[in-house]
Amino acid sequence: MDIAFRNIKAVFRRELSAYFSSPIAYTIIVIFLLVSTGFAFWVGDLWDFGDASLTWTFFFFLPWFFVVLAPAVGMRLWADEHRQGTIELILTMPIHTWHAIVGKFLASVLVWAIALLLTWPIVWTIQFLGDPDMGPILSGYLGSFLFASACVAISMAISAFTRSQITCLLISITVCLGLTLLGYPQIVEQLMKMLPANVVDGIADLSLMSHFLDMTKGVLVFRDILYFMSIIVVSLVVTSIAIRAKRS
Amino acid sequence: MRETREGLSRASDQRPPRHQMISVENLTKRFGTKLAVNDISFEVGKGEVLGFLGPNGAGKSTTMRMITGYFEPSAGSVMIDGVSMLDAPRLAKEKIGYLPENAPLYNDMTVLGFLGFSADLRGLTGTARSAAIGRALETCFLEPVRNQSIDTLSKGYRHRTCLAQSIIHDPEILILDEPTDGLDPNQKAEVRNLIKRMGETRTIVFSTHILEEVEAACTRAIIIDQGKIVADGTPDELKSRAVDAGALEVRIQGPSASAIREELGRLSCTKTVTTNSEHQPHEGEESGCFTGSVIPKGKDKTAALTVEINDLCRDRGFRIEELYCNPGRLDDVFRSITQTAE
Repeated sequence: MDIAFRNIKAVFRRELSAYFSSPIAYTIIVIFLLVSTGFAFWVGDLWDFGDASLTWTFFFFLPWFFVVLAPAVGMRLWADEHRQGTIELILTMPIHTWHAIVGKFLASVLVWAIALLLTWPIVWTIQFLGDPDMGPILSGYLGSFLFASACVAISMAISAFTRSQITCLLISITVCLGLTLLGYPQIVEQLMKMLPANVVDGIADLSLMSHFLDMTKGVLVFRDILYFMSIIVVSLVVTSIAIRAKRS
Repeated sequence: MRETREGLSRASDQRPPRHQMISVENLTKRFGTKLAVNDISFEVGKGEVLGFLGPNGAGKSTTMRMITGYFEPSAGSVMIDGVSMLDAPRLAKEKIGYLPENAPLYNDMTVLGFLGFSADLRGLTGTARSAAIGRALETCFLEPVRNQSIDTLSKGYRHRTCLAQSIIHDPEILILDEPTDGLDPNQKAEVRNLIKRMGETRTIVFSTHILEEVEAACTRAIIIDQGKIVADGTPDELKSRAVDAGALEVRIQGPSASAIREELGRLSCTKTVTTNSEHQPHEGEESGCFTGSVIPKGKDKTAALTVEINDLCRDRGFRIEELYCNPGRLDDVFRSITQTAE
């Protein structure tokens, strides 16, 4: 266990320094802060919405930014190792493949934790304007973090298949976008015409969006957390399968 | 041409009581329908420096990748110092230092940061860690660039940085895939000296297609072609398999070059005489000069032929200006072996 922790820490630190020694993390964080607060004030109409919660003014827009920006964080994780050939270095070190996968995932997730924390001034603004209920805000942040983490995990799994970051980015955005849209009324209606109701329910339940919206309303359901966790775990397992397939 | 493997058959006749440092048995690797490595077996003992030769695409890198645990073999086994790479990969990998082909590196790191990361993954901590990093920097002459970002390094420094990574934990076994590829002659010599120096205390396997390197640094060489081992022996043993190995190269002065050639051809141990140049005497000149090689009837007849040539020249009053035995050239052997196999 000690050894696993030590190895994960080493990979985690390397990945983190890779993010912050290049412009990539800063660029993504700045873009995220600009669009998320920009939307909250101009599109979400934060000033005049008359509701001291962030559900519809702030959190509601975040998934669309995650869908595009989270793969940009995850895409380099393995694609870059393939392209530079360093995967051969790391996999011939006396560590388990899982140590590398978890270390990389944690580093990319930390980038999103930092990005989300930096949006905190918007909570101060709300507190200054009114008297918000902190419950939904905190669960909304947790939901946002899990949403971003799921997208990062998905893009990491896809990056394990390819050496091209741009391919990984495009496929990841498509997959994350698809998973987000699955729960949308328009899509569900279309599916209803073709498939039996219980199948459609099942499909809609796979949507990232429906689980996310519950959380932003302050409904902290174990099922939703479990859902995001399973997306993450499945993605990490797919990553390890992809890496194994490349070696055999 | 499928050579019997002297080294290997010797090892299996009288199995050593202790295991070998590297023991590869019936190793096979298939990529789809392509057979990249075809059922090869060999052993490398402690203190051996083994050169791994072969044309491009012969299966050298694939074999090394299986030995280091990067590729999973389709069949066969790899034992590292008695530990199976398939059953206990982490334990086996601890014993190996590996320089992959093209020396891959994390371009976003500094040399020091990269070596620190390697040391972390090798489980080094505290003073042992900093001592190991210092030693690796020194051994590979990286002091001047220790704080430089890897993407700004020249190719020579990149190679040495990756080499430093491979020796950071002071491994007993080093696997180096084309350690001198793409370096200039000075850097090549430097890396070769490094290998030689490290080979004094370690077991080294390195691949190359530069044959002088094998002669300069190896105690043993394996030639691999189309996934099969086609020759295995010391560099001298391999060289003696060249067609012209054991031939006597001569330059002899006498009254007439053609006469010298005829006399040489009549000697009892001579098989054939080939001429490089014949200098016939011009008018007023007294002597001609014959330069060429005299090929003995068998490789064991070289010594007898030398005596005969000496006697002949003394009796006829020829003057020997040059007489030496051709040791054979490794690249001739390499070419003949790897081309007949096609």
